[in-house]
Amino acid sequence: MSIEQSYIDIFKQYRDVLKRNSGAPMDALRDAAFESFQRRGFPTRRMEAYQYTDMKEAFAVDYGMNLNRIALTEDFRCEVPGINAYLFYVVNDTFFCPPESEKYLIELRKKGVSIGSLREYSETDPELVAKYYGKAAVCGTDAIIDFNTAFAQDGFFLHVPKNVVIDKPIQLICVMSGNVPMLGTQRNLIVLERSAQAKLLLCAHTRGEWEQLSNRVTEVFVGENAIYDHYKLENTHSKSISVANLNIRQQSGSEIIVNDLTLHNGLTRNRIQIDIDGEHCQTTLSGMAIGDAKQHIDNTTLINHHRPNCKSRELYKYVLNDEATGAFSGKIMVAEGAFKTEAYQTDRNVCMSPNARMYTKPHLEIYADDVKCSHGASTGRIDETALFYLRSRGIPEEEARMLLMFAFVSDVLDNIRIEAVKDKIRMLVEQRFRGELSHCNSCGVCK
Amino acid sequence: MNDNIVDTITKGDYKYGFVTDIETEVIPKGLNEDVVRLISEKKGEPEWLLEYRLKAYRHWLTLKEPNWAHLSIPEIDYQDIYYYAAPKKNSPKSEKDIDPELLKTFDKLGIPLEEQKHLAGMAVDAVMDSISVKTTYRENLAELGIIFCSFNEAVKNYPDLVKKYLGTVVPYTDNFFAALNSAVFSDGSFVYIPKGVRCPMELSTYFRINAAQTGQFERTLIVADDDSYVSYLEGCTAPMRDESQLHAAIVELVAHDRAEIKYSTVQNWYPGDKDGKGGIYNFVTKRALCKGISSKVSWTQVETGSAITWKYPSCVLLGDNSVGEFYSVAVTNNYQQADTGTKMIHLGKNTKSHIVSKGISAGLSQNSYRGLVKVSKNADGARNFSQCDSLLLGDKCGAHTFPYMDIHNESAIVEHEATTSKINEDQIFYCNQRGISTEDAVGLIVNGYAKEVLNKLPMEFAVEAQKLLQVSLEGSVG
Repeated sequence: MSIEQSYIDIFKQYRDVLKRNSGAPMDALRDAAFESFQRRGFPTRRMEAYQYTDMKEAFAVDYGMNLNRIALTEDFRCEVPGINAYLFYVVNDTFFCPPESEKYLIELRKKGVSIGSLREYSETDPELVAKYYGKAAVCGTDAIIDFNTAFAQDGFFLHVPKNVVIDKPIQLICVMSGNVPMLGTQRNLIVLERSAQAKLLLCAHTRGEWEQLSNRVTEVFVGENAIYDHYKLENTHSKSISVANLNIRQQSGSEIIVNDLTLHNGLTRNRIQIDIDGEHCQTTLSGMAIGDAKQHIDNTTLINHHRPNCKSRELYKYVLNDEATGAFSGKIMVAEGAFKTEAYQTDRNVCMSPNARMYTKPHLEIYADDVKCSHGASTGRIDETALFYLRSRGIPEEEARMLLMFAFVSDVLDNIRIEAVKDKIRMLVEQRFRGELSHCNSCGVCK
Repeated sequence: MNDNIVDTITKGDYKYGFVTDIETEVIPKGLNEDVVRLISEKKGEPEWLLEYRLKAYRHWLTLKEPNWAHLSIPEIDYQDIYYYAAPKKNSPKSEKDIDPELLKTFDKLGIPLEEQKHLAGMAVDAVMDSISVKTTYRENLAELGIIFCSFNEAVKNYPDLVKKYLGTVVPYTDNFFAALNSAVFSDGSFVYIPKGVRCPMELSTYFRINAAQTGQFERTLIVADDDSYVSYLEGCTAPMRDESQLHAAIVELVAHDRAEIKYSTVQNWYPGDKDGKGGIYNFVTKRALCKGISSKVSWTQVETGSAITWKYPSCVLLGDNSVGEFYSVAVTNNYQQADTGTKMIHLGKNTKSHIVSKGISAGLSQNSYRGLVKVSKNADGARNFSQCDSLLLGDKCGAHTFPYMDIHNESAIVEHEATTSKINEDQIFYCNQRGISTEDAVGLIVNGYAKEVLNKLPMEFAVEAQKLLQVSLEGSVG
């Protein structure tokens, strides 16, 4: 039986359960998405967009899917975080508000902010959810998004009404947990109305050393003149597989920062698509990956400039050691008529061991003439003269290497606009380079 | 920018669009094993070559046309093509025996075929439709031990050499068009430079498609033995016709220890008219094998013609310390589409590659750079630098870059840079201020932009290429 078939059977068998455990707007797209998935199957490596990561293999494990939404018996607790933030969890795919955060929910909802479980909101406010659900991550465009739309039941929902500024960052800790191999289908929906502001820190973690596959689709709508920060930190274990889609739509005058950091993982495939639908938008997209052992990190990005006078800046950095594999595939599309577009893309990679592999594919597709676009990509090793300079000043080789590595990735970290988060992540990255950060349990972002 | 100027440029005429009225021998349209046998028979080929063709043909049947390029290729009916066309009066004994019409053709093309043109100091092999018409200067070259002849002659006179190298760089299994070519190739050029010989003159081939509804499938094989050097030029033209014609060639280069091959192309196949009607489909497989240590291969191309270009001259850097270079200017106008670039495969230690690609798109054309730099596990100390710039003239055209970098070695340094922009208004204004018309200014700027590549061309070609650039973009922005 093909891998697809087992999921198709599950879907057919549990169709009613899926309906029962989600709201109407989510269920409305389900059949179309399933039909599309059934027709396409999982993407193969023969497809340009999935050249470097084998999706079939990722989904081949016999995972458990908690479709009946059996409550987790595990007593999930987390210490007060080191940063001052609104703290929430998504465990596998279920939104979870820790008791100490309940006051935050009340506080934010008083301001008119809708925040909480996507499933809950799709039942209580179906119109609001239906207006946005599936409009950025459109089903029929990608088999993984189809798969997610077909199986999605819950996730995080945030709606910030116009002119509302959320003062503190929202920290969303996504944990894959379970004592059998698990597949979690998480769906997040974030909407910022005109001139709203929000910052989200999404931490992806795992508990337990089982094979865990997290299939996450996050849709973000950034209204006119709204400002949105999206930081993602992945720190999981070597058996963990993460397939994440982040689809953002930007309206006129909006500004976004997306920063995607991978410290520890097994196999990660991130796809970020930003559609710039309005004029005078600012977009910053950056990411960093530190890989060793057999880590596999694939970042595929697409920035679509549909409208004139927008600026985008993209920066990705990889540090690869041992047998780690890195892949960066970044595409910038400038549509016909998108004049005065400025789009810059940079990808820099360092390979530290003979068995590390790096695949880079920076694409530009430009259909307008009055634009300024560039991309630069390089792969190399640490500058020997810089290393020599540091050693000649009495810094031991190991320490000098570490310093240079840290300096190498620091401009990605500079793209974090929350000081406390920046400091915390700097510390984590330093620990990571020193080998003091094993994986999830000790990262401490959520402790 | 002035619309009229863009119009004038885009209307730059194709001056090689004449048809020569030469009696041509063709075989029936279509492709099957009998046609392959017939071609082989007409050429009087040995059994092993026929076997090779048949193997390639059978393999071709199992393949599908590649569709990954950023091109929209109309469906090609491979049974509606003449696979063999030859000027009837061929195998001339001396210049006097050459069909005068043919001589006129080459005169129009400006090929130094005649005695007087010997001053130009080029040895020329001219391939019309599928037949190599004339190879000049052969005797002078033979004194040095250099073999420069048509492919067909090489098969007859130097079968061991051909057998040894044919298909070693581009096997018939390589891709759809390579398999097709391997099955039906009709002629081409063969060059062998013996050990330690520096070829004293530029070797050159002119390709011309003349007969209607024919495809041209030539094959070039250049072998440079230890410590040798050769510079080879290739030029192409075709008549203006309403229907499109297929050109699927293979070029194989082999460089042994410390040998250097410089391969330059000025490609000016008929690009189709202003409405995108007709034109040549240029689907070419070019690859060089830097087999020996410290060998060097340098590709230089100026691509101004063809309705659709699908071409990736590549270097396999097998020998330690070998060097691969790729310099390209690709101009597209009207409805032209180009997907061109290079592959640099680093296998040996301390191998170096350098890529400079300049794309210029105007009108409604699409111009893409597609390149691969691959550093294998054992290629310690590999070094690559790539630069690909695009210039857009007009708001209906597209410029795209698709570089791939696969790095499997930690000591490699691979860099890639690309920019896309239009001609700066300030620069035009600056020139205007100094009394240079906008048209001239654009010409000046485009030429300056392409200079880095044009400088790599041999003298005679550089002049021609510069003129071509001007014709292709005449009156346009530049």
